[in-house]
Amino acid sequence: MPRKTAPLVVAGFVGLALSGFAAAADIHTKSISATCMSCHGPGGKSQGAIPSIAGLNKDYFVKAMKDFKSGARASTIMKRHASGYTEAEYEAMGAYFASLK
Amino acid sequence: MTLNRRDFLKISGAGAAAAALGGCATTAGGARPHVVVVGAGFGGATCAKYLRQWGPNINVTLIEPNDKFISCPISNWVIGGMRKMDDITHGYDNLPKHGIKMVKDMVVAIDTGKRTVTTRGGSTLGYDRLVIAPGIELMTDTIKGYKDAESAGKVVHAWKAGAQTAHLRKQLEAMPDGGVYLIGIPGTPYRCPPGPYERISLVANYLSKAKPKSKIIVLDSNADIVSKKPLFMDAWTTKYAGMIDYRPTNAVLAVDGGKMTASTEFDEIKADVLNVVPRMRSGDLCALAGVRDPNANWCTVNFATFESAHVPNVHVIGDSVQSGLPKSGHMATNHAKVCAAAIVELLAGRQPDPIPVVANTCYSATSDTTSGYVANVYRFDPAKKEYVNQPEGGATPKGDELNFAYNESWAKNIWAHVLS
Repeated sequence: MPRKTAPLVVAGFVGLALSGFAAAADIHTKSISATCMSCHGPGGKSQGAIPSIAGLNKDYFVKAMKDFKSGARASTIMKRHASGYTEAEYEAMGAYFASLK
Repeated sequence: MTLNRRDFLKISGAGAAAAALGGCATTAGGARPHVVVVGAGFGGATCAKYLRQWGPNINVTLIEPNDKFISCPISNWVIGGMRKMDDITHGYDNLPKHGIKMVKDMVVAIDTGKRTVTTRGGSTLGYDRLVIAPGIELMTDTIKGYKDAESAGKVVHAWKAGAQTAHLRKQLEAMPDGGVYLIGIPGTPYRCPPGPYERISLVANYLSKAKPKSKIIVLDSNADIVSKKPLFMDAWTTKYAGMIDYRPTNAVLAVDGGKMTASTEFDEIKADVLNVVPRMRSGDLCALAGVRDPNANWCTVNFATFESAHVPNVHVIGDSVQSGLPKSGHMATNHAKVCAAAIVELLAGRQPDPIPVVANTCYSATSDTTSGYVANVYRFDPAKKEYVNQPEGGATPKGDELNFAYNESWAKNIWAHVLS
């Protein structure tokens, strides 16, 4: 018998963790990665001064985000953005952008 | 004529039909789900694109009455003489390549019980999910004399980029040196919080070079500069000293196009160019769909899906949404992605992402060579049922050339993101 849709998101999230976490993580990764593209261009390909992020090496991406957050790497807005995401999200976004050509 | 899903397939063009033959997942009824998106601005066009990208089995119809997309971001640059209307005007030609069915028409009725929308052209389309992204409606009737003065071309808001943007530029060009440009700023919430202050800066940039004896009078309904105050104050005091007369808590209550005056509770002020921006509310489509909050101006949604709090299967994105988040084109694109992702999951019978994240990046020019920014990340908190501002968000206190270059690049990229 199919599991009924849980009315509470917390219960739903637990259910996903048991039955299909990969799918949930996938949509979350796609969604947050797409958020980057409003500035960095469709598919992560930029026109003009903002750098492209399509095809970046994953480790480079993750280190850049960590360094923006800590301030080890100087930035204009990227410290503000990097501080809003978790390290697990850096990893997921890094893998996603590395996969784009 | 009411179209069901199968009828939709018959008329929806070769692209969608070919995709249907590909045998993607279907809904319980065995047909491909149909999502209708109304409004092809930053939010609606982005949502339609991502619905097709993430849900290739979904038929998407995008209904828009205008021939072209005219961008509000960078429209202040046109008013300041730094860009032309052509630079902010873009076609919709690329959207059908994503399998989106574009319909140039205006929605005149929405039946949320039968789940249909009807257009002025006479078509009725059924939907499984409806996304409405109508932007804002200007409440011109809240300012006495506004409608008459506006139809006579004596007052403009230029708060929807288009003919009024071009008209305001012409008025500034025709204004004599020593003239007065008057801008009235509505109370919050309104579209683009820093927009009025960017406009003041760029008009000042133009006048200080072309007509340096001129004055700018700012009648702000708000008690203080609403957004990026240090950035704008720095520009106004260092670049345009003595030109800008800023008057907080001075709502414009009436305009007179014959006398060319704007009146507040305190004064009647004469100007050569009257740029009064009325208060605003969610677009009229929201009222048609019954998703506007009762006795209020905006639309409450479930922020994990952007589905209306009042009407099932209807989603609202962009400026029309009731929230504490800034009303910006950039935010609308990110509402659109959360909404599209949620609809794809819901139509597939899965749980949407329970913790979506959206971000805002907003550049404002302070001159024809300098800009500053505000940037924030907002993470949904399921317990609070709202987006929570993450640490370290904020604005730069001073404009510079590097951020001007990023501002230009941002515009090209977001336009491409929405329309390419």
